[in-house]
Amino acid sequence: MRPFSYARATDLAQAVHLGRQTGQGQTDAPVQLLAGGTTLYDLMKLDVMVPDRLVDLGPLRPKLSSITPSAEGLHLGALAKMAHVAAHPVVQADYPALAQSLQLAASAQLRNMATLGGNVLQRTRCSYFRDPTWAACNKRNPGSGCAALTGFNRNHAVLGTDSSCIAQYPGDWAVALMALEADVSLTGPLGSRRLPFASLHRLAGGQPQFETNLQPGEVITAFFIPASKRAQRSVYVKVRDRTSYEFAIASAAVALEMDGDLVRQIRISLGGMAYRPWRAEGAEAVLTGKPLTEANAEAAGRAALAGAAGHGHNDYKLTLGPQTVVRALMQAKALPPASRKA
Amino acid sequence: MTFNPKSLFGRPTPRIDGVAKVTGAARYASDELVANPAFASLVTSEIARGHITGFDLSRAKAVPGVLDILTYETVGNQIKAPLGPDGGPTTTTLESNRIWHDGQIIAVVVADTFESAAEAAGKVHVSTMAEAASASFGAPGVEVQAITAGRPGEKTKGNQTEEKAAADAAFAAAPVKLDVRYATPPQHHNPIELFTTTCVWDGPNLTVYEPSQFMWGLKTATAKQLGIDPANVRAVSRYVGGAFGSKGNQTSRTAWIALAAKRLGRPVKLVPTRAQGFTIATYRAETRQHVRLSATADGKLTSMFHEGWEVSSRPSSYKVAGVEATSRLYAAPVIATAVNVVHADRATPGFMRAPAEVPYVFALESAMDELSYALNMDPIELRRVNDTQNDPVSGLPFSSRLLMPCFDQAAEKFGWSKRNPKPASMRRGEWLVGYGCASSFYPNNIGPAAVRISLAPSGKANVSMAAHELGTGAYTTVAITAAHSLGLAVKDVTVHLGDSDLPPVPVAGGSNNAATTTHVVVKACADIRQRLAEAAVAAEDSPFHSADPATLILAGGALRNADGLSEPLSKAVPRTGGRLEVYAENIPAGLPASAMAQLYNGHPLMSRGGNRKDVTAYAFGAHCVEVRVHSLTREIRVPRVVSAFAAGNVINPTTAHSQYMGGVIWGISSALHEATEIDPVSARVINANLADYIVPVNADAPSIDIIMVPENDDRVNPLGVKGIGEIGIVGMNAAISNAVFHATGKRIRELPVRAEKLL
Ligand SMILES: Cc1cc2nc3c(=O)[nH]c(=O)nc-3n(C[C@H](O)[C@H](O)[C@H](O)COP(=O)(O)OP(=O)(O)OC[C@H]3O[C@@H](n4cnc5c(N)ncnc54)[C@H](O)[C@@H]3O)c2cc1C
Ligand code: SF4
Repeated sequence: MRPFSYARATDLAQAVHLGRQTGQGQTDAPVQLLAGGTTLYDLMKLDVMVPDRLVDLGPLRPKLSSITPSAEGLHLGALAKMAHVAAHPVVQADYPALAQSLQLAASAQLRNMATLGGNVLQRTRCSYFRDPTWAACNKRNPGSGCAALTGFNRNHAVLGTDSSCIAQYPGDWAVALMALEADVSLTGPLGSRRLPFASLHRLAGGQPQFETNLQPGEVITAFFIPASKRAQRSVYVKVRDRTSYEFAIASAAVALEMDGDLVRQIRISLGGMAYRPWRAEGAEAVLTGKPLTEANAEAAGRAALAGAAGHGHNDYKLTLGPQTVVRALMQAKALPPASRKA
Repeated sequence: MTFNPKSLFGRPTPRIDGVAKVTGAARYASDELVANPAFASLVTSEIARGHITGFDLSRAKAVPGVLDILTYETVGNQIKAPLGPDGGPTTTTLESNRIWHDGQIIAVVVADTFESAAEAAGKVHVSTMAEAASASFGAPGVEVQAITAGRPGEKTKGNQTEEKAAADAAFAAAPVKLDVRYATPPQHHNPIELFTTTCVWDGPNLTVYEPSQFMWGLKTATAKQLGIDPANVRAVSRYVGGAFGSKGNQTSRTAWIALAAKRLGRPVKLVPTRAQGFTIATYRAETRQHVRLSATADGKLTSMFHEGWEVSSRPSSYKVAGVEATSRLYAAPVIATAVNVVHADRATPGFMRAPAEVPYVFALESAMDELSYALNMDPIELRRVNDTQNDPVSGLPFSSRLLMPCFDQAAEKFGWSKRNPKPASMRRGEWLVGYGCASSFYPNNIGPAAVRISLAPSGKANVSMAAHELGTGAYTTVAITAAHSLGLAVKDVTVHLGDSDLPPVPVAGGSNNAATTTHVVVKACADIRQRLAEAAVAAEDSPFHSADPATLILAGGALRNADGLSEPLSKAVPRTGGRLEVYAENIPAGLPASAMAQLYNGHPLMSRGGNRKDVTAYAFGAHCVEVRVHSLTREIRVPRVVSAFAAGNVINPTTAHSQYMGGVIWGISSALHEATEIDPVSARVINANLADYIVPVNADAPSIDIIMVPENDDRVNPLGVKGIGEIGIVGMNAAISNAVFHATGKRIRELPVRAEKLL
């Protein structure tokens, strides 16, 4: 519990101006943008994030929360609420993996508060990160070590880790965004830019304190998801310890376009087991141009986890990961073909 | 007793405190209004073993509004350490610089506001000398202490070594045998109402507002710690937001808050954090267990051996010794048991809903399931073959035992006959289906108690006793008992509980309170009837003048006889004075006359179902559960449960149903969800929050069917009342794990059962 100041951004330019000390997604940045607050307040109460100043994006909501489908794709304002997007009929019909990943996340109360922009920036659930009384956590305290390596790491990542950090990216929606090849739009002190969502999150690379490629002051303004046949035939499968209100221990999104019995185009992404939202291109290559048989699905599942390494308590993900991919593939196969033409 | 229990009990009655609870009018301990309180915040240790070498309080003291900081250096010698849950030594807090476990209280910061206290607590700098800590079983440095079985107050009969030798011999000779080991994890109750304490001094008198399962225990233990006369201490806790055993024993916080309030001359209020609730109160310790069963080819047990290992803190030998319970379930001719305590650098564990039975019955009922497959026998039939009406350890008759009727009714409703006995043989879509069952049982305990009841001419009654409303429905069961005994409507009875200024009632633990409170209330009401009747027969203007007072009853707000004559209470009561007030005490059969005096001193003697001289008194039940396991990803879900219980006369079926259902859901949790994770290197709790310590949500308990099997047990106690607070959870973990085996063919002997164990 510490004092901090609070400002409301009246427009985007002011948000960028007030937020220019936001740092590169570091937890110790002195200024933090505030959207739904469900990650930020949580970590402030735990003393993990200790900003001096919050810049509330609330007043921008009327402009930055639209849900706009078009023939080209789906435009989503970064301040749209998870609940609204999940319930939107076009999202459900044409981008089912997106709707499912939101619907299966958190609780109804959280989905009513949380925004899309905040969602992709949620932080790892690593217990050693979330409790500052642990000395060793490179992500929170660069250079201090990683308590999870020798500690309880049941829900830590098996993909994309290095010895500086084995934390897992916990979110669901970002996994679906990876499979649907979304773009993300940013506005910062140097202007606006749009980049593939896949390049938003970084690997640890020995510096796990830097989680994204956002530049200081950059605000996420929107997401764009291209329309496609495979987006229409997409699924999100989430495996978790209880039926609802729980993070994934493994998840997979699949977007599938078939050509008769053969896979024409496929996208596979993984959650609950990787350091960042994870696209499994190797698994896609295994299936492209092939029939979607159970044996091929299993081969793809194995390819998706190629290079994965466990750390003891999370070794099971090396088996569960491929199985989750198989399940998602079989569910996508069972869906009717897309109704759209291209 | 002049009352027929059947006339008192069994009518479904809504909670009389329901409206107060849902509207927020019910005052929990920290809701009590006190004038101008200061606020306390706890500083807890970040290492599990070592010593404090110094404090730097300068930054904390600089926080505006900080009033006082208590540490071992400033106040360590000013109170006596509390006793552990077994009455023996336990870990300390501010008494010395010793750190026994993670999250131990090491300083108390007091400030003008809650916020300043919390901020300053975060700025207390503690220097420590850490030592290597032992987290749990198998860690270097743990000390194993072999103990003869027996939970506090109970002794195992016979000679352990002789019995063990006999069990070994029977085991060696048997045609069918099973030799297996099980493990259960640490678990925390940490109920929704936090471990708050508010202390207010008025001259020499101290009032403690603190959620408690034992008002008179809190009163006397606090007085002892402070070295003052218990008569000067009042403990108040009118409603408790969940306790489950965690609020039954004195914890260290209370005396420090009382001391802080004394030093300041101002009330002090502590509302600790959720995370602190994982380390400043007790928990259910992890166990390791060894079970050996042997049987004849037709399933008759020829021997049983059950040994347990339980973690405790360094100084405490607290244990639950659940072999006391498991050894009484089936008719094995030779039974041997043993218990060991494993001392680690951990907090002292304590009572948690069905403390002994949850871990130990998991092992026994899993083993019985394993044996049924070894015998190629239906698991319910195996229980039938080994059913007995006599306690297999003492030879005494059970006061009643409807285990098999419970199985039969549960199985019928569940559709057990549709079960294909072959493991991994049933399937629905992508999901493997398994059916599992287990026995449930819990001893019937009853203690001494006192009550004060007054009856006004208006026909309104007041019942006052220091019993405990833990969410169980105690206000309502007491009101029902008084109303029906006095011939009043339930709404005409006002009940006062949760205040040590009221007559004492023992700790609300071991499912004793329903039996304990109803018996003393009935006794007081009998006294009221007697006095009204005697006054009436003596009065010339009464229709009952010169009648035999024994022929008069209280019904419909009047004194009546069998001939239809009646006299309203507005006439009958004033004859005894302005208003009629009685005080009654009840000491259950088998307890010494001194039991009441001891209760007044904070020592609740208990007549325990497992160590009576006349009968062995238990309630019984049976669970049938269906699980689904995903064929690829192995998540486990429980779509339905049918559980049947036979537990004597049911006082209030409405709240009884909730108790049973809550127990069953917690059993699902115990099987699939709950585990406190301890960091193997540092011995610290990792998941000290309700996001990472997972418990079931609504979607995890879609269909729970509770059957209350009618049971007349006139040997358990005069009213035939058996406690039901704990039996619902017992055996559920085994039933689910057994169903998981049936679904998958994979036997999981270590809880919780999670997807990774089935891959
Ligand atoms: C108990 C619990 C359970 C949960 N379960 C799940 C789950 O199962 N699956 C799942 O996917 N998620 C889960 N979550 C996470 C939840 O989805 C996120 O907390 C939420 O989406 C964050 O959104 P927000 O708007 O509240 O973000 P905030 O908390 O407001 O912000 C989070 C971070 O993003 C930054 N930020 C916010 N908006 C922007 C922007 N437009 N531009 C730049 N920076 C920005 C903030 O500065 C902050 O650092 C859970 C959370 C909780 C508390
Ligand atoms: S895994 Fe990453 S977040 Fe967790 S303790 Fe290690 S460095 Fe910190």
